[in-house]
Amino acid sequence: MPTLTFSPKDRYNAFITTLNEAGTGPGKLSGIGIAVKDNISTSGIPTTCASRILEGYIPPFDAHVVTLLKKAGAGIVGKTNMDEFGMGTTTENSAFGPTKNPADPSRVPGGSSGGSAAAIAAGMVRMALGTDTGGSIRCPAAFCGIVGHKPTYGRVSRYGLIAYANSLEQIGPMARTVSDISLLMEILTAYDPRDSTSINCPYAHTPDPDVHGLKIGVPEEYFGEGVDPRVASVVWEGISLLERKGAEIITCRMPSMAYALAAYYVTCTSEASSNLARFDGVRYGHPADTKLQWHESFQDRRRNGFGTEVKRRIMLGTFALSSGYYGKYYAKAQAARQQVRTDFLRLFRSVDVIAGPTMPTVAFRLGEKTDPLPMYLSDILTVPANLAGIPAISVPCGTSEGLPVGLQIMGPHFRDERVIDVAYAYELGVAR
Amino acid sequence: MVSEKDVAHIAGLADIGIEKEELAEFTGRFNEILDYFDILDQVEPGSRGETDLVNVFRDDVVEASLPEDEVLANTREKEDGFFRAPRVM
Repeated sequence: MPTLTFSPKDRYNAFITTLNEAGTGPGKLSGIGIAVKDNISTSGIPTTCASRILEGYIPPFDAHVVTLLKKAGAGIVGKTNMDEFGMGTTTENSAFGPTKNPADPSRVPGGSSGGSAAAIAAGMVRMALGTDTGGSIRCPAAFCGIVGHKPTYGRVSRYGLIAYANSLEQIGPMARTVSDISLLMEILTAYDPRDSTSINCPYAHTPDPDVHGLKIGVPEEYFGEGVDPRVASVVWEGISLLERKGAEIITCRMPSMAYALAAYYVTCTSEASSNLARFDGVRYGHPADTKLQWHESFQDRRRNGFGTEVKRRIMLGTFALSSGYYGKYYAKAQAARQQVRTDFLRLFRSVDVIAGPTMPTVAFRLGEKTDPLPMYLSDILTVPANLAGIPAISVPCGTSEGLPVGLQIMGPHFRDERVIDVAYAYELGVAR
Repeated sequence: MVSEKDVAHIAGLADIGIEKEELAEFTGRFNEILDYFDILDQVEPGSRGETDLVNVFRDDVVEASLPEDEVLANTREKEDGFFRAPRVM
């Protein structure tokens, strides 16, 4: 079996772990080196979630997606940097230091899959896996000027993904071109009974750039308050290009956007508070002091092992689920989540896809955003797709202030093929 | 509004172990975020959740699992094939 050698100069701190040699085999991805986000389990390769609490942890098994990549002949060349447990929008919340944006090293690459995006943008790998809980594939794709796709919830197995917010997150492909995204989707969508939310809906598709007669919905809210007008104008130009190729543009409304971000943060922190309870230092990661009493030992591990944002989210979720507050926060968030879903289903009765900016701004400067709430607000355009479970892709659509801007295309459940087609049409339209 | 005492209580519930000096900062941020969450008060009740959910079961047959040495490979605290944990009582 041919072996890949991989010893890149990692000027952007894109990787937490690199492998000098990776075995490859025959198959659709034969000989291709692929980077994997460090919250996806890789047998025999340290997997840290960019957290000190998992320092030294070596998974005894591969995530389903990693098994699939290897079966298709790919070599796993490294594990990429990320916001700790996926909690962030910049890849600055990493115990291994921030990743820098190859488009401008004084800027963040976006997050939380910032290492995967930077590794591709810097030309270190052709493709990578990311995970997207509230935009964590699409945001760094937009900020670094690459393509990133969040599949329909259930289309890609989460077996072996270290859970942050199970009802929202999906593993998905990141690459330089839409064709490579499509190629990876063919490999990643194999059914897996080990994830009870995995749905047997294989992707076997070649991108088709014909958008004649395609109806594109453009919600006013995606160009509203908080969206940088310069970014908005670049994205409008992108949408106009699709119109010139024969698509029809229909402006629409998404009233549930008013609640989407709050619903998202209540839901993801609630799920995180439960998921991250497993990090107690007993079975893996930083060892617990067994001489101490249980709670002392547990608190000790977690005080030293978790970063500030992870602690904040665990506490917010604990609070939102606590007796007396459940009705005010969690129950309301689920009602709002259902409204987001209903809005999308209503819109998809009259349009084929929905388009808008991926992010409201271009990439921030490193260290520019330190307060949590303004950081959370920058996820407003990506979280609706996670709340509804629909597929969404970000494709590069020009620059603002010399920095990459992403065009986001969302489609109905299990129509990943359609959003990939529209992104392909855009990519080809620009190339011509 | 939550107080520093509330935040300390939540940190205790979550076994998160934050330092006394961090309490004021955490409490301030907490209140900013909770103020923002208040927008959920405007959500009309009665919106129903998922209605088409089904349980996913497999047949109750023994499947292969990881060997003991691999399961215990990531801990230093082990004894006779078991994990050794801090005392509960």
